[in-house]
Amino acid sequence: MLHYVLRRLLTAVPTMFVVVTVAFFLIRVAPGGPFNQERGLQPAIKANLDAQFGLNDPLWLQYLNYMNNLLHGNFGPSYNLPDFTVGELFANGLPVSVQLGAMALTLALLVGGVLGVVAALNQNRIADYIVIATATAGSTIPTFVIAPLIQLLFGLTWALLPIGGWGGGAFVNKIGPVITLALPQIAIVARLMRGSMIEALRAHHIRTARALGLSDWSIIVKHALRGAVLPVVSYAGPAAAALLTGSIIVETIFAIPGVGRYFVDAALNRDYTLVMGTVVVIALFTIVFNLIVDILYAVVDPRVRYD
Amino acid sequence: MTDLVSAAALGETSVVGRSLWGDAWARLRANKAAMFSLFYLVLMAVACIVGPWLVPHSYTTIYQDYVRTPPSLEAYPKAEMIETALGDAVRRMRAEVREWRQEDERIFVTLTSSRQIDDRNTRYLDRSDTFDDARLESKSADGKEAVMSASIKQQHFLFGTDSTGRDLLSRTLMGGRISLAIGLLAGVTAVVIGVFYGATAGFAGGRTDEIMMRIVDVLYSLPFIFFVIMLVVFFGRNFVLMFLAVGAVLWLDMARIVRGQALSIRRQEYVQAAEALGVSRSGILLRHIVPNLLGPVVIYMTLLVPQVIILESFLSFLGLGVQEPMTSWGVLIAAGAKNIGSANWLLIFPAFFLVSTLFALNFVGDGLRDALDPKDR
Repeated sequence: MLHYVLRRLLTAVPTMFVVVTVAFFLIRVAPGGPFNQERGLQPAIKANLDAQFGLNDPLWLQYLNYMNNLLHGNFGPSYNLPDFTVGELFANGLPVSVQLGAMALTLALLVGGVLGVVAALNQNRIADYIVIATATAGSTIPTFVIAPLIQLLFGLTWALLPIGGWGGGAFVNKIGPVITLALPQIAIVARLMRGSMIEALRAHHIRTARALGLSDWSIIVKHALRGAVLPVVSYAGPAAAALLTGSIIVETIFAIPGVGRYFVDAALNRDYTLVMGTVVVIALFTIVFNLIVDILYAVVDPRVRYD
Repeated sequence: MTDLVSAAALGETSVVGRSLWGDAWARLRANKAAMFSLFYLVLMAVACIVGPWLVPHSYTTIYQDYVRTPPSLEAYPKAEMIETALGDAVRRMRAEVREWRQEDERIFVTLTSSRQIDDRNTRYLDRSDTFDDARLESKSADGKEAVMSASIKQQHFLFGTDSTGRDLLSRTLMGGRISLAIGLLAGVTAVVIGVFYGATAGFAGGRTDEIMMRIVDVLYSLPFIFFVIMLVVFFGRNFVLMFLAVGAVLWLDMARIVRGQALSIRRQEYVQAAEALGVSRSGILLRHIVPNLLGPVVIYMTLLVPQVIILESFLSFLGLGVQEPMTSWGVLIAAGAKNIGSANWLLIFPAFFLVSTLFALNFVGDGLRDALDPKDR
């Protein structure tokens, strides 16, 4: 197992390398630069800035410099948020996004999982239809409709929650964003869980367990759930990576100081270093969570062996 | 002789074989939710294509007298709006309203001014969105007092108007045209690229397959939104180009699904038979592999179209999508979300159109999956 994990981490290195390289050159071939604002800087000032950040060097040299810095854990300065380095921005924002994402993921797996199992056990009955309809609604209503609705209802009309802001990480401030993040995921998890649970309940070992007279509870929890949870696990990997690295919509609407909002702004402002930093962080999360999924697979399903 | 007759009679009554598609269609027709959704989608498509021509308001016309007018089945203007509109028009004439009254569909207003009132001032009433057919009825001897009349323009705003005074019904239908077109355009692009890429990789196998799939893996690891933003940067705000490009990004899943299918189809006997008969590789690909892939492709496409529509609305929410005065459901919902406290209809109508369409697409997709799933036979 340890051998497998090490090998996977090693194969992640070339993937990371290619991703970083592609992203570096993609953002560079885009027209414009970090200091080409609409009002325009004085040419002399712009020249100085470009020189200061090494933007006049040949592209391959800039690339080598960037890679060198990156390997030393230095993401470089942010061009458009000049008081911060990219590393500082992530050090401040990432814990916020990760907290919200982790809470949303936990909520989604718990609620979605339970809903899916309930629907599967009541296949083609009222409870099933209710879950399917709710799940379809949850995955089709866009986040930017849900978020203002939560703000309006819980923030303004009933005044139960703050409308937005982080409030130093107070619990009440997290409820709205977490629910908004979790709802679409609950819907997807519930659908996946329902489908795989129906399939798992048809399996031979379940029939055997029934024949042996095991209680429903122990059949479902001990035997069916184990096989049925696999598709959810493989979905949860990429979903976790996406949730933990922040959502621009939720963070913008609820005014959350996470890292989700950096990406779009940075790409539009050609804040090269911040874009690259985000790409690196997202790719890292994706790779790590895919690895975790594969390990969990082996834990859940004894037929999967990595030797 | 008798044998021949009985054979012919048998031929008449023997069961007609059902094709995969005939069978799937029969199963789909039995699925009420899917059929209703299909009907709803056709209705929505027709409404969005034809609707904008039938609605009396153009989606770009700005009615300054009707900014953020709530939706209503009754005709506007309402009683209290006439006075406001009249006051506005008369103020532009630099005159004052002495008194006004309404007789049937016409209003009669007596104006006074410190200066001579020009006859042509009636145009200020005509210009207003509330009045029409303005006439000068009489004028006092010194010209400082006049009576004008104008008919009230009756207008319907079934969905209300937006923050700049444009009819929301025509905008919602127009937005639907764009959103549906974008969904189809990007969906078809993604499917075409994905099917041919995946089928080629799965059919070719070996080293080619390995390299082609590694490329897909790398593209997968790049954050999707990064791609989209780069495309927006390159193609500017031209939405046709942009969504061709978005489709060109979304083909990755398709390619993976199709490759898996192609791998298994390649081992089927009929493909081996075709190979033995000397059919060319491209011939086998086009004639045998691609048609047999269509089941999962059709299912995936019904799920891809809503994805694209949501993506479009997400981009529009960020201000990167369709540009004013052109509109889409995403643009409208983004505007509605900003006005949710003061003018909730701006969110409710476009959101209902979008969500119900996505709902229907999902049901059709589920129905197709059930209909085409060979496991359920």
